[in-house]
Amino acid sequence: MPDVIGAKPRPSLEQSPPPTDAVKTGPLTGAAPGPEASGAGGAPSLPGTSRYRSVNPLLELTLARIREFVREPEAVFWVFVFPVLLAVALGIAFRETGPATVQVAVEADGRQGPGSSSGRLMEWLEGRSDIEAVLLSPEEAARALRTGRVALVLQPSPSAAAATGNPETGETGSPPRPLTDLDSEGLVYRYDPTRPDSRVARLVLDDALQRGMGREDVARVRDVAVAQPGARYIDFLIPGLVGLNLMGSGMWGLGFAVVQARTRKLLKLLAATPMRRTHFLLSFMLSRLIFLALEVVAVVSFGWLAFGVSVHGSILELGVISLVGSMSFAGLGLLVAARTRTIEGVSGLMNLVMLPMWLLSGTFFAATRFPEFWQPVIQVLPLTALNDALRANINEGLPLAASLPDVLVMAAWGGASFLLALRWFRWQ
Amino acid sequence: MFATASTQPANVSEEVALSCRSLVKHYGEVVAVDGIHLEVRMGECFGLLGPNGAGKTTTVEIFEGLTIPDGGRVEVLGQGWGEGNDRALRERLAVQLQETQFADRLTVVETIAMFRSLYKRGWEPDEVIRLVELEEKRDARVGKLSGGQKQRLAIACALAAAPDVLFLDEPTTGLDPQAKLQLWDLIETFRSRGGTILLTTHYMEEASRLCDRVAIMDHGKVIALDTPNALVESLGADEIVEFSLEGFVADDRLSRLPGVRGVRSRDGNYLLTVSSVAEALPALLAEVEIHQARLVGLTTHTATLEDVFVTLTGRKLRDA
Repeated sequence: MPDVIGAKPRPSLEQSPPPTDAVKTGPLTGAAPGPEASGAGGAPSLPGTSRYRSVNPLLELTLARIREFVREPEAVFWVFVFPVLLAVALGIAFRETGPATVQVAVEADGRQGPGSSSGRLMEWLEGRSDIEAVLLSPEEAARALRTGRVALVLQPSPSAAAATGNPETGETGSPPRPLTDLDSEGLVYRYDPTRPDSRVARLVLDDALQRGMGREDVARVRDVAVAQPGARYIDFLIPGLVGLNLMGSGMWGLGFAVVQARTRKLLKLLAATPMRRTHFLLSFMLSRLIFLALEVVAVVSFGWLAFGVSVHGSILELGVISLVGSMSFAGLGLLVAARTRTIEGVSGLMNLVMLPMWLLSGTFFAATRFPEFWQPVIQVLPLTALNDALRANINEGLPLAASLPDVLVMAAWGGASFLLALRWFRWQ
Repeated sequence: MFATASTQPANVSEEVALSCRSLVKHYGEVVAVDGIHLEVRMGECFGLLGPNGAGKTTTVEIFEGLTIPDGGRVEVLGQGWGEGNDRALRERLAVQLQETQFADRLTVVETIAMFRSLYKRGWEPDEVIRLVELEEKRDARVGKLSGGQKQRLAIACALAAAPDVLFLDEPTTGLDPQAKLQLWDLIETFRSRGGTILLTTHYMEEASRLCDRVAIMDHGKVIALDTPNALVESLGADEIVEFSLEGFVADDRLSRLPGVRGVRSRDGNYLLTVSSVAEALPALLAEVEIHQARLVGLTTHTATLEDVFVTLTGRKLRDA
């Protein structure tokens, strides 16, 4: 066994001066080990001026964030593709299909034919453009009501049965005969009053039957159909999706990256460098800026192209609102990740923070539908503020000044959470 | 290979780079560092050798300013942590941690450039890449590197800062022999150009090859501190005889055998430090015969730092 001790393959540098600045700055240059060492034998060049010296650490850190993000296909999917898919799905589910009709079933009373009362009712209802009626057996009708295929079941009066025979039966092409000769007692509407569509069906159907049986309107009214931009569900939805997406990507994007860097001990290593803490945290916030622009453009332009949802407000102000909103969630994401040590831990916390906002902040339906005493809380949630400000801009075309309270709410969340995150941040 | 004659290589100055006095650190009930004194000079490569859990990493992290000690005084390049000058101090230090995993999706050059940007002065990333011989992997994703390449990247990130003091925490743990040699070369190059190194390891070969002086640590205490040569010489023996017995021979019988300087035994395993194997071995075999014991295995080797540790603690470095 060779005697390794004391036989150090180390160049002796007996004349070496005490470490001067020159030695400190460049102990390694010009003497790289290995066969490919460049400049062998040459005087060690002092690197002193490195082109990286001028590189701003904040810029480098931000670039690293951006590179890491765009090289992660899953993240790109959740941020850009998922919200568009969600808009497609919801847009199709709630698309406008002309004037709304109500679906009702008429129970067959056993005696088929134009003379039967169910036949007479069907005939009358078919003349109405706002009612779609189907003739079903009582069992089928009950099933259709249960499964939501119809909103209401109309049960003809049992005694009716074309009480007074009408001589002018079955003249095709003529307007449906009034129901004045039918028994006006014993008609049954079967429906669930807690279903909004059933309640509407009851009103529409009742109106149709009452008129058929000869009711005269007392008041003269005139209907004016309004097709205002922003009145459709998809108009309501698109700004909400923009807001939801800014929340999701802001919080996940930051929270995961920070906790992952912590579990990988990268944060600890960075803490041992002269890096400024604010630079590190700001790099996360800044990298969000780049994606923020892309995310908002993706969803808004999809809404415009696919559903004709146009931005009525100033594009610049829309940018400002999105920016403030995004920073607000970036701050929250940092705060959630400030001390968390595991990916599981941060996932739980993220859901805890985001789920209430998913439900309460008026993304899919108006936040004002929640009880009055919840409103003080709901209105100061950052996502509520962001959604309201986005809708004011996109749907209503209001100037930024009108959304100032919302913008301040978001800025307060962002600023406070950033400062707390900076204070509580755990590097190890 | 040429040995240095003096115990202290010429480019080690008298100036103190790192020092600590009565350093103490507890983690709950566990005493990780138990009142140690150390002094590392400028230009020196100083090793902390000891088994896992000996307090090496805690000691290094206190010097790095990552862990706050419970007691004692620490000075790094003439100043203490938390005296308002930490950032300026960090400009002159670089750190490699045992468990750091760099971002998988960044390339080698991007990772080094990011670390470089955190320091006011330092070397070009490409220069450092050449130094650690990762030229071919310059634009490869970090996630695709082998263990040895990742470890060289870690050192490259540290070197990009052109540090005065380099902290290495078990830099070669888990590496294959080839990768280990490459890293040793790299560390020696840094050291030979005047850099100061504080290194922890539980490989005695590493400590003897790289370090000017070694502190052997166990249970949070420094149990021996000297040059590797002097530590081995302190055994007063050049060779080590290790054997196992079925049967029993008393330690004091063995220590009276010719050429034997010291005896350690544990559960039928014996370790003799001897000045001459040729003298000691026949006497040992005769003694075993007298006691009607049976020799199960016997090896001899030149004394190393490992033997110093075993002699001091009765345990081996690896399984301590």
